[in-house]
Amino acid sequence: MQPSKEKLLEMLRTMLLTRCFEDKLMELCQIPGKVPGMMILCTGQEAVASGVCAALEQDDVIIPNHRSHGHLLAKGADPGEVMAECFGKITGCNKGKSGTLHIAVPEVNALCTTTVVGGGIPIAAGTAFAQKYTSRKSITVCFFGDGAADEGSFHEALNLASLWDLPVIFVCENNLYAGAQRHEEHTRIRDIADRAAAYAMPGEVVDGNDAGAVYAATVRARERALAGLGPTLIECKTYRCRGHGESDHQVYQPREEIEAWKEKCPLPRLRGEMLAQGLMTHEELDRLEEEIRKTVEEAVRFAEESPYPDVAEAFTDVYV
Amino acid sequence: MPKINMVQAINLALSQEMEKDDSVVVLGEDVGVDGGVFRVTDGLIDRFGPERVIDTPLAESGIAGFSIGMALYGLKPVCEMQFSGFSYFAMHQMESHAARLRWRSGGRFSVPMVLRAPYGGGVRALEHHSESREAYWAHTPGLKTVIPSSPRNARALLVSAIRDPDPVIFYEPKALYRAFREDVPDEEETLPIGKSQIVREGKDVTLISYGASMRPVLEAASELSARHGIEAEVIDLLTVSPMDDELFTGSARKTGRVVVVHEAPRSFGPGAEIVARLVEKSFLFLEAPVRRVTGFDIVIPLYQRETEYLPGPERILKAVRETLDF
Repeated sequence: MQPSKEKLLEMLRTMLLTRCFEDKLMELCQIPGKVPGMMILCTGQEAVASGVCAALEQDDVIIPNHRSHGHLLAKGADPGEVMAECFGKITGCNKGKSGTLHIAVPEVNALCTTTVVGGGIPIAAGTAFAQKYTSRKSITVCFFGDGAADEGSFHEALNLASLWDLPVIFVCENNLYAGAQRHEEHTRIRDIADRAAAYAMPGEVVDGNDAGAVYAATVRARERALAGLGPTLIECKTYRCRGHGESDHQVYQPREEIEAWKEKCPLPRLRGEMLAQGLMTHEELDRLEEEIRKTVEEAVRFAEESPYPDVAEAFTDVYV
Repeated sequence: MPKINMVQAINLALSQEMEKDDSVVVLGEDVGVDGGVFRVTDGLIDRFGPERVIDTPLAESGIAGFSIGMALYGLKPVCEMQFSGFSYFAMHQMESHAARLRWRSGGRFSVPMVLRAPYGGGVRALEHHSESREAYWAHTPGLKTVIPSSPRNARALLVSAIRDPDPVIFYEPKALYRAFREDVPDEEETLPIGKSQIVREGKDVTLISYGASMRPVLEAASELSARHGIEAEVIDLLTVSPMDDELFTGSARKTGRVVVVHEAPRSFGPGAEIVARLVEKSFLFLEAPVRRVTGFDIVIPLYQRETEYLPGPERILKAVRETLDF
């Protein structure tokens, strides 16, 4: 199903928001002591989160991985609360305890963000089981990278989900690099989607920089899941334009490769398509970008003005 | 009250909780049609159907992660590991997610699941089938580690574990599965998690233990009383972590002499933590060094030597004598 004008706008908005939000984070994390921890960004991959989440409903669950800002924002998490969480402030989604890497947002059904590579995949199968068990008309989406597809938990989870026809979509964001390893250095297969065959589920390769294509694939997989036909593995081919984290100097990524993929950046692509097709005017685009800049500025202001949690807060929420 | 063994008592807890609460789901390898390797889940599939008593593929990490997902969505999964020695695959999920999600979500999520596993020696099986590595779990903040020692407390503790909003590691002493029967009321009974019990009162020495080791400890205590007129106070931890130190440090202040007993390896075992807390909280009351009677820092040996590895009454009595003679 091709996305409607409204869906295209929604995707453009969440992609712009994610890019603006992360560019700001990258800028802030250069200032010593400003933003704690590691900054793992999805620059260049925004079309995956935006395309997938545009096909989801509020009740659908997402299980993001370490590169999660885009997933959370596209699912509708409040930018101010996410920014405050990245700062480790008490007003963050998780009282400043998760930091940038483990944000959980019940309001948008982002139940568990995990940085242990591949760790979220069986959890997603479990939430999908619970959705089926409680007869909800909703599904789970699990986001992970190409590196995670080499983990045992990927294989265990796909087997379980397929065996019991669970309503789950496994979204592999193949950004060509697992840590510093290029795709062909960590697996013999060209397409991760081929692994779906081992678990008797459909495996689809999608241009991960084409938000509309990601959206359409997700709609198909979601319909299939809701019809009781089981899981789908969608491999979104994309590219990690920044390093693994903010301190990664990308020595292993050829300069020409980075530049070539920047040419294929999903943001100008969707923006250009929408302008060319007359779905929005330059003025409307300017207004949208200005609105998003303000949203992010407001999020940063909220985070900066919020207090840090009291030391005693660290000792709560361990046991009940 | 019917007299039943621990296998039947655990089965009773599971079936009654499943009866009361649709969100309780049992899963694991061969827990359904086969009723589990030790027949603990026997008959549950007939009563509650394959949707609630789920035979899983062999995938311990997957089973644990799957259970976490179920729990995050509001179910109360009780997953079984066939032997505790096979649960290390699951540790990744329990340690990285189950234990941490309440804390890292700022209390917005919890993981109300139980991971059941038979542990310990006494059944003459090879290493992974006989070991006692509860310290791995007990060392992890956010996990509760519960180890019953009788049919009645196994039933009551498992009911509490299923209802607990946090993840509970429930280690079942397989040596006691069918070792003895006890009156277990059909009516609901719970025991608080995180609380120890004095199971025998005494004034001369304190014996602290849990799980399968409670039997040789109680045997030793009877012998001390009958033959030597020495009254040992015996404490059953019931929950290894979070550790209830009020009861045993209080008892140590009274008796001044303590022996800790467990079959887990000695170094960094639960006994080490118990001794540390005794030193911290009861140091000035101690009349003798605290003794540990434990397994050894080796792989549990084959059955010809297993009885020497496991703490028996003789080793316990020897430690008590040394403590009293100090």
